[in-house]
Amino acid sequence: MTSSIAISADIVVIGAGHAGMQLADSLRSEGFTGTIALFDQQPGVPYQRPPLSKEFMAADPQVIDASAVHGVMLRGSAFFTEKDIGFFNGRAVASIDRATHQLTLEDGSHVGYGRLVFATGATNRPLSVPGSDLDGVVGLKTLHDAGKLRERLRRSERVVVIGAGFIGLEFASVARSSGCSVTVIEFNERPMKRALSATTGNYFAAAHRAMGINLFLGEAVESILGNGTVVNSVRTASGKTIPADLVVVGVGVAPAAGLAQAAGLVIDNGIRVDAMLATSDPDIFAIGDCASYPIAATGDRVRLESVQNATEHARALARVLCGRGTGYDAVPWFWSVQGGIRLQIAGLTAEGDVEVLLGSPASAQFSVLLFRSDRLVAVESINRAADHVAARRILASGAACGPLSVADATAPDFNLKEFSRLVRVGG
Amino acid sequence: MATIIYLNANGETQTVQQDKPVSVMRAAIENGIDGIVGECGGQAMCATCHVYVDDGYLDRLPPISDDEAEMLDCTAADRDDARSRLGCQLLVGSPENDLDEIVVNLPATQV
Repeated sequence: MTSSIAISADIVVIGAGHAGMQLADSLRSEGFTGTIALFDQQPGVPYQRPPLSKEFMAADPQVIDASAVHGVMLRGSAFFTEKDIGFFNGRAVASIDRATHQLTLEDGSHVGYGRLVFATGATNRPLSVPGSDLDGVVGLKTLHDAGKLRERLRRSERVVVIGAGFIGLEFASVARSSGCSVTVIEFNERPMKRALSATTGNYFAAAHRAMGINLFLGEAVESILGNGTVVNSVRTASGKTIPADLVVVGVGVAPAAGLAQAAGLVIDNGIRVDAMLATSDPDIFAIGDCASYPIAATGDRVRLESVQNATEHARALARVLCGRGTGYDAVPWFWSVQGGIRLQIAGLTAEGDVEVLLGSPASAQFSVLLFRSDRLVAVESINRAADHVAARRILASGAACGPLSVADATAPDFNLKEFSRLVRVGG
Repeated sequence: MATIIYLNANGETQTVQQDKPVSVMRAAIENGIDGIVGECGGQAMCATCHVYVDDGYLDRLPPISDDEAEMLDCTAADRDDARSRLGCQLLVGSPENDLDEIVVNLPATQV
């Protein structure tokens, strides 16, 4: 279907996920009048990722459009025409020649670029234990994956999820509420350990168990066993054998940086960019999940996997490419919904941060404030949107760490929302 | 039948009509209405589908949840205590509520 093409564009974007699509959109709203070409290796129209492990997975396939895209489209069907953006789906980039400013696609086509943007996202880390290739052992990344998984979930009774990260637990809670017996196996001693405090992680462990999910922590998968080519159980390192007719692997992602690396760009936990989102080549940029960038106030280099990171990067880069760039300094925020529990996170926590608890986990409404060197660095809110909104405001006022101390937060009757009203944003 | 009329900050009007129930946010995305972002996909998490509901429809809206009420404090454009809602929480054309038609004003900015 894809024949060879020969085109060039002022700005070429690789990847039509949240980051690439927002960049194309924002370039036009910033007034960019040059040519824009957007390439994606997936066929079909661009779609939203967050619903795939949540509402999309929970929805009855009978009431969803046969195309499976209904309800998750990122933009309307007229978007590319109205914004005069060249969209080339089902076309993977094979290599980049930086000297001649040219891409070669896997179909042999050549594409010239003025400036090039990587919005290539991330790919699922594979599981390497024996049996990982059995029928019924699946990952969740694309809309295609989600559609297949949703269909398979409908005819499964015993589900094992490997990895208690965000995607794994979101899926597990959907599978549980659809009536499956669900087991989650996690190597770390608490869920979502990389992103969450111990208090919040332990709260979610208890909450998932209360939903009837079997959660094995500090447990490794030794092998996946099959009946012929079809999965039938998972064996753990401690000797448990868990029956399964569906195994979902959610053991994290790796930045899709292979193409950039092959082109000789500097890689540092993803494609390394500066505060203006430029790579080590001044005509090449990277945004979203694939890019590692410096946090403005601290200089700490991070690579984040979130919609907000993707779209804020995109908006910031659109300004850079239009000659109005300022250093990227957005406060990161994240969310998850698991079994009706709403988790919202502002800022970034790390091992060793000091916790201050507002509210009580027993009431299923609380926030954990996280401090480093007596400065607020992150707030995790469980069913407490008011605290999350306040936290974003407080953190934005101080770039990386808000003007709130442990003593402030532990004072009697302390209220985060009231405190945030005293804070001047941008101050 | 769902009918949604969007008035943008420049005073232009765009109308979306469809048979299936749809949220004010989703209908805007699928029909290329500029002025609604809907970044979180409809979970009242991002506050980028902020609309000002026309006065004539305020008494027919679904009740506002605590989450939506708090997230409305995150909107880029000023909140109007009476008229501000998140478009993702306004389902139009559903047999479950009394809202087959709505007129919303779009704020000048969502981010």
